[in-house]
Amino acid sequence: MDLIGNLGLGLSAALTPYNILFCFVGTLLGTLVGVLPGIGPTATIAMLLPITLSLSPETSLIMLAGIYYGAQYGGSTTAILINLPGESSSAVTALDGYQMARQGRAGPALAAAALSSFFAGTIATVVVAALAPPLTSIALKFGSPEYFGLMVLGLAASIVLARGSVLKTIAMVSMGLVFGLVGTDINTGAMRFTLGRPELADGLNFVAVAVGLFGIAEILRNLETTIERTSVISRVAGLWPSRADFRAMIGPACRGTLLGSALGVLPGGGAILASFASYALEKKISKTPERFGQGAIEGVAGPEAANNAGAQTSFIPMLTLGVPANPVMALMIGAMIIQGIVPGPQVATEQPVLFWGLIASMWIGNLLLVILNLPLIGLWVKLLTVPYTVLFPAILAFASIGVYSVNSNTFDLYVMAAFGVFGYALSKLDFEPAPMLLGFVLGPLLEEHLRRAMTISHGDVSVFFTRPISAGLLTVALIVLIVAFLPNIARRRKQVFVEED
Amino acid sequence: MKLLPIIAAFTLSVTSVFAADYPERNIFMVVPYAAGGPTDTIARLTADAMSKSLGKQIVVENVAGAGGTIGARRVADADPDGYTILVHHIGMATAPALYRQLPYKPTEAFESIGLVSDAAMTVIARNEFPASTFQELVAYIKQNGNKVTYAHAGIGAASHLCGTLFMSTIGTQMTTVPYKGNGPIMTDLLGGQIDMTCDQATNTVGPITQKQVKAYAITSDARAATLPDVPTTTEAGLPEFKVGVWHGVYAPKGTPKEVLDKLTTALQAAMEDATLKERFAQIATMPATKEQATQEALRTKLDSEIKRWDPIIKAAGQFAD
Repeated sequence: MDLIGNLGLGLSAALTPYNILFCFVGTLLGTLVGVLPGIGPTATIAMLLPITLSLSPETSLIMLAGIYYGAQYGGSTTAILINLPGESSSAVTALDGYQMARQGRAGPALAAAALSSFFAGTIATVVVAALAPPLTSIALKFGSPEYFGLMVLGLAASIVLARGSVLKTIAMVSMGLVFGLVGTDINTGAMRFTLGRPELADGLNFVAVAVGLFGIAEILRNLETTIERTSVISRVAGLWPSRADFRAMIGPACRGTLLGSALGVLPGGGAILASFASYALEKKISKTPERFGQGAIEGVAGPEAANNAGAQTSFIPMLTLGVPANPVMALMIGAMIIQGIVPGPQVATEQPVLFWGLIASMWIGNLLLVILNLPLIGLWVKLLTVPYTVLFPAILAFASIGVYSVNSNTFDLYVMAAFGVFGYALSKLDFEPAPMLLGFVLGPLLEEHLRRAMTISHGDVSVFFTRPISAGLLTVALIVLIVAFLPNIARRRKQVFVEED
Repeated sequence: MKLLPIIAAFTLSVTSVFAADYPERNIFMVVPYAAGGPTDTIARLTADAMSKSLGKQIVVENVAGAGGTIGARRVADADPDGYTILVHHIGMATAPALYRQLPYKPTEAFESIGLVSDAAMTVIARNEFPASTFQELVAYIKQNGNKVTYAHAGIGAASHLCGTLFMSTIGTQMTTVPYKGNGPIMTDLLGGQIDMTCDQATNTVGPITQKQVKAYAITSDARAATLPDVPTTTEAGLPEFKVGVWHGVYAPKGTPKEVLDKLTTALQAAMEDATLKERFAQIATMPATKEQATQEALRTKLDSEIKRWDPIIKAAGQFAD
């Protein structure tokens, strides 16, 4: 069997002491940037690109990949302990993880996150190895009409899964869409809502918006409620989940892995979409959906498995086509080009040691991450028990450095500050920032694919309904929206949700 | 009144003393695009090779945004002391036509240091596309016009310039489909969602040699070693259709001549660097020759490219602001 031979080759490359060391360095850095809000994997990898010139190609890619999936683990730690997703794809984990922590079940929540991630990582490694070629051909069948359908479904799902008022959620998603409009209209080159600032020509910087909305706003909130936060952290005890917890975790972890593996392959999807979709799915099929948002372990296990699987399978288009699924993959491609490797389908045949070594290192990295995150969880918690008055200037500094380093642009710091204040105002008014961020991410893609599909079809709208995948996705989105709206019209959304399932 | 010349002379001599010791600390090289892109790659390889002969590190800084104009403006406004320099591609020459409110004039705000590289573009189409030679392609486009979809990576991108020039040369419009980068274009081309594009050989050598896309022509004077079967546009009968993505190194206006000369010498040495040559060849990019890596050659290139693109871009009626 080829798969086994290939993985063997990869393991022999990944298991050299040098590569293990850099795999460890990568995952450690990844965990750290995941835990510390503000500096995401994108900024970290961008800052480390120059260093990789002095390493061998496989060593540098192994380290950079470690940072990326390591951040998925680290992000969940802060999401659970202080309701602060260190990484955007952990935003969903915060919903139930933080509630569990408040109920004194931080340990099982952290373990659920780490074990689900490891499980998903193990499976996703095999998925990447076995399914790279066939999954690539599926991704190629996705034209603009299909992506448009997928984006609509993503937005519909985000409306359904949000807590609280449907109207407020729609307002938030719409606001995200509007913020996504800022920048250059790619079809005409016209500037939209840039207020004459050239810095806004490429739109609002995602990192600046996300750090402001979650990081800075969280700091502002925490400055009001320091006491509560310390009390949550001091209650981290009893790490191991109970037998009942395990039973509740298995299903979501398996489904999350499948969903994440599938969505990660699609460009533009990746870890964020995967975790949102998994949460929506678990809530939908749960017998007790009212527990979601109140500390349901399924709401931690599913999305955590999904975002880790998605992070790993997003390597498939990068490795097999040389096409980046997200900004991090774009940086990985940059790292390869700097090393003199032309990314594309020829990498697997011409650089088998690099290709399979990188894949095998993902499993080793995931193993290292469980070791880093479970027994050493105390260390990461310690990082968070530093008095807040000491910690917040440091977080603010790290966040600012992280945001600045993406484009070396001071304007992005103003954007971050503005969205920090805005995010704080949102929480005061009981609006959720997560749907807005999703609208902000998906909006530009939605517009891009809508207009591209219309351009290619020469204005024929039927293109969305005659192509089976696109028609299917739009139908599901419609059903999802009807489900969200009907109970609201009846003004007893919550009860209906209970009765319905 | 008599003091002025003395002060001026004193200042000048101080500057030349500084210039003699240059470089005393690390030099910042601004790349006006995001880390990881082709310009970033070329800049990092060049910076690394130049550092060797300068004896001080050249640190690459990515100042991305607005088609490279934010980074270029940063360097235009920087102190002209040789510690802030810029790597920019053909966009330096097309910005005046694309941006009606460009805050600097490329020919007036910068000193030239030298050309770095030139990368040819390739005209490619999806594998099932009916035409099999460049002549057939031109004939097919002339016959079907708007039915043919041409993808480009955003207004002002090399693929946009290449397509604009191609359409104006053959006198036929295609349906242009804008993207936000060459990566997604390649996916859609491989998936058969769009018909054709024009992309740097850097990005297309892989798919072409793997026979995943059809290649019709390369827009350089000579065939590329990595693509021996792809004819040049001259061979294919369209000699006016030539686009190269060239890169140059610049310094802010007023940088002392001695400093500029040192940088030019370091650039020329870098172009002879074995690692750089090998890496450039792998990405199908030609390093500048000794004659091209000079201040005069870059100035001439910049002037002629500004003159050449201005009417083409304005005739297409597309602006980036």
